[in-house]
Amino acid sequence: MLSRRDFVQLAAATAAILPAGWTRALAQQRLTQADLLKFDSIGNVTLVHVADIHGQLIPVHFREPSVNIGVGEVKGLVPHLTGKALLDRYKIPAGSAAAHALTFENFAALGKTYGKLGGLDRVSTIVKSIRAERGDRTVFLDGGDTWTNSYTALQSKGQDMIDCMSILKPDAMTGHWEFTLGEKRVKEITEKLGFPFLAQNIRDNEWNEPVFESTAYVERGGVKIAIIGQAFPYTPIANPRWMIPKWSFGIREEDLQANVEKARKAGASLVVLLSHNGFDVDRKLASRVRGIDVILTAHTHDALPDVVKAGKTLLVASGSHGKFVSRLDLEVRNGEIKDFRFKLIPVFSDAIASDPEMNARIRQHREPHEKMLREKIGTAQTLIYRRGNFNGTLDDVICDALIAERDAEIALSPGFRWGNSLLPGQDITREDIYNATAISYPNVYRMQMTGARIKEILEDVADNLFNPDPYYQQGGDMVRVGGLSYTIDINRKIGERISNLVLIRKGQKLDPVKEYTVSGWASVNEGTEGPAIWDVVTSHIKKKGAVAPRESANVKVVGV
Amino acid sequence: MKLNFDRRQVLVLGAGCALTGLVGVDFASAQGKNDINEVIGKFTGGKAPTMGRVKLDVPEIAENGNTVPMTVSVESPMTAQNYVQEVLIVADGNPRSGVATFHFGPSTGIAEANTRIRLASTQNVTAIAKMNDGSFFSTTKEVKVTIGGCGG
Repeated sequence: MLSRRDFVQLAAATAAILPAGWTRALAQQRLTQADLLKFDSIGNVTLVHVADIHGQLIPVHFREPSVNIGVGEVKGLVPHLTGKALLDRYKIPAGSAAAHALTFENFAALGKTYGKLGGLDRVSTIVKSIRAERGDRTVFLDGGDTWTNSYTALQSKGQDMIDCMSILKPDAMTGHWEFTLGEKRVKEITEKLGFPFLAQNIRDNEWNEPVFESTAYVERGGVKIAIIGQAFPYTPIANPRWMIPKWSFGIREEDLQANVEKARKAGASLVVLLSHNGFDVDRKLASRVRGIDVILTAHTHDALPDVVKAGKTLLVASGSHGKFVSRLDLEVRNGEIKDFRFKLIPVFSDAIASDPEMNARIRQHREPHEKMLREKIGTAQTLIYRRGNFNGTLDDVICDALIAERDAEIALSPGFRWGNSLLPGQDITREDIYNATAISYPNVYRMQMTGARIKEILEDVADNLFNPDPYYQQGGDMVRVGGLSYTIDINRKIGERISNLVLIRKGQKLDPVKEYTVSGWASVNEGTEGPAIWDVVTSHIKKKGAVAPRESANVKVVGV
Repeated sequence: MKLNFDRRQVLVLGAGCALTGLVGVDFASAQGKNDINEVIGKFTGGKAPTMGRVKLDVPEIAENGNTVPMTVSVESPMTAQNYVQEVLIVADGNPRSGVATFHFGPSTGIAEANTRIRLASTQNVTAIAKMNDGSFFSTTKEVKVTIGGCGG
């Protein structure tokens, strides 16, 4: 029987609240590596999980969302609790280090106190420490979105991440943004990766044959473990299909069930799904596919300080950008989890030592570009962040840049969930701009769209986010708009959610038949022409010198 | 919307026959505007199909609305006494509702066929099986056809 854990381990190590005005130096003394890593180990297997690092080799600020709405059956459930509601749910004191890692509350001030999180050298220290303690009981798994979205990842086509991750010797990984490197590059990498790249849900669309292995078997602590990989099911829809024209994805629930049964027949006592479905999709999946013991979730970037149980299945959500490492100790006997203990380890970069081996590897990849990356382009006068269902100040800056630099009336910026935060007063470097924009299809388009077409786009994306059936959700946030305001009723159906579209500049309602000049980036269409988004944003910020985006009130949300 | 019969026929034969021993295929051709009720009514002779026994395997969200993989199967022993005669596939959001009709017989082995279908927009795809005793079974699944482009 599984024991119920009321006690959230993360909170224990990081509960100490620093009185206002305490310095970062004092925070560093209070927050120690030993406390952060402390874990009363149990059982015969330890799963260690990271996901959604998005190319971030060095520590970052990353503000968690204030708005992350759940619809339908998941309304009000984690991971759809933010800020104080999330802290209350897990009894985490406001103002504590854990509160800073997990929420947006008082982010700018606490960010100065507690410093940045992440850095693959710190992650390495944690993984090596757990391996030293748990030896051959340890399984280390990478949930994907690892190889892209920084400058060094972009220019090396993921090689910096691959070389650095190889030090950590993952037992397996799966993917999503990896596929935006294109079929050829992904095959070239995975053939010599040294560990399996798993995806039970990718088939070649000519013969319907598996493109990647579905399952890897490892034996740890005397337990035969099956790791099944599930890539992001909607990659060819959310990202350019032309980059992976021969591969077909999908959730493929029945294939998954068959793979679970095959693993059990092969003698696996523990079945782990290494998933990039997104949390709500995985929660639904756990209720429909029998026999999965643990789902290591990813994609939606949720960081939860405890496991979520769906039937007998344990769901783990390990956050993003290298901010957290999840550790799940399991007592597996007679083909069942008898007991478990979990900790979401926050990677406070001031408290956790840099692993010299990883640090050297990171420097080797960054060194040739370091000077260029550190070039100051401007200053952030207010908090810059991306996450949130409808908007973030980072995309407000990008939309301003699109409108100004491309002489557009309306700007569209994709609802990506990755992209670092900058504290008020921080320099905006060339690297920061890449960390917000580095993709392999960066061209900024400028085109005419009718008012009806613009509404149709907003409706389409809104349904990806607010369709009450998680299997119809794609796991991004709402497309960001510039120059436009609108009202969204999240509980209505597609075609009925968006209303009251107003062209802000003229204060006029959008005319369905009139054409407007729209500029945007990250189009999934092949042959999109225009300058790269990082150049457009750099040029804009250089001219402005400083940017000071305020919380936007352009989206009115109804039905929460 | 122009239907490309040749290509679809090739795909059905290539993908379906080898696996299922499909007996024959004809495509519901132009029946006027999308009038799904009329097409279904004609197929069932006005009888209301019972939900169940038919399984429609289509993606929740189409990767490409122009060529959506679809597998239909019907629970049946496929004996001389008890078999599936025909399966009608219709879509309620295309300019014309007719997609395909698959013909089976007791020698088919299993009642399963797969092909690729074209869907103009988000819509319901319905499969209706006609059994040899004159009864009808059906299932419906929604396939979303999106603009795409904003995933996390």
